[in-house]
Amino acid sequence: MNWIVIILLALGVFFFAISTIGILRLPDFYSRLHAAGKCDTLAATLTVSAIALYNLHDLSFGSVLVSWKVFFIVFFIFMASPTATHAITKAALIVGVEPWLKKGGRE
Amino acid sequence: MMSQVFLSVALALVMLIFFTLIRALGGPTVLDRIVGVNMIGTKTTVLLLLIGLVYEAMPMFIDIALAYAFLNFIATLGACKYFRRSKRAHLVDDPATEKELPA
Repeated sequence: MNWIVIILLALGVFFFAISTIGILRLPDFYSRLHAAGKCDTLAATLTVSAIALYNLHDLSFGSVLVSWKVFFIVFFIFMASPTATHAITKAALIVGVEPWLKKGGRE
Repeated sequence: MMSQVFLSVALALVMLIFFTLIRALGGPTVLDRIVGVNMIGTKTTVLLLLIGLVYEAMPMFIDIALAYAFLNFIATLGACKYFRRSKRAHLVDDPATEKELPA
């Protein structure tokens, strides 16, 4: 049980690090959004699932209730984070952030 | 043992929050800053849950984390709506470097 929690936490921190490297290093706004939107959702889902799983190690009514709320946070992040990314992308297209093209590239 | 694991994961998350803060403070456009703040909010939700596990006060911190996740989502949507309304968003701090894209 504990090893599953540790593996899920390690994978979550790994994907958080990937998204941070992506948001720092990628060349333009839309590719940074690509790194931020997907890696962050996956990493938060993995990490919070690990926390909910660890919380179930002593089975009682209270811990099941708390784990149910933690899984609700997982569900909410899984729904809300791509929606927020979509909203940011739409705002950027309307405001007019230019995508990064190769030299002589076309849209 | 598990308490030390949670503590080290929380320290790694704090370090990653500082790296994300670089983009949130110095991002070239306003929308970059919104993305950075959104990512910091997601990391902070996880960090609050880890603090709850370390201090063994989970039923209190779970509500705080839930409220923080809601607030993060609403704040991002509100900021996006605001910048969609204003047709001339102040995209870049220095207008001289507006066309200079990073290679």
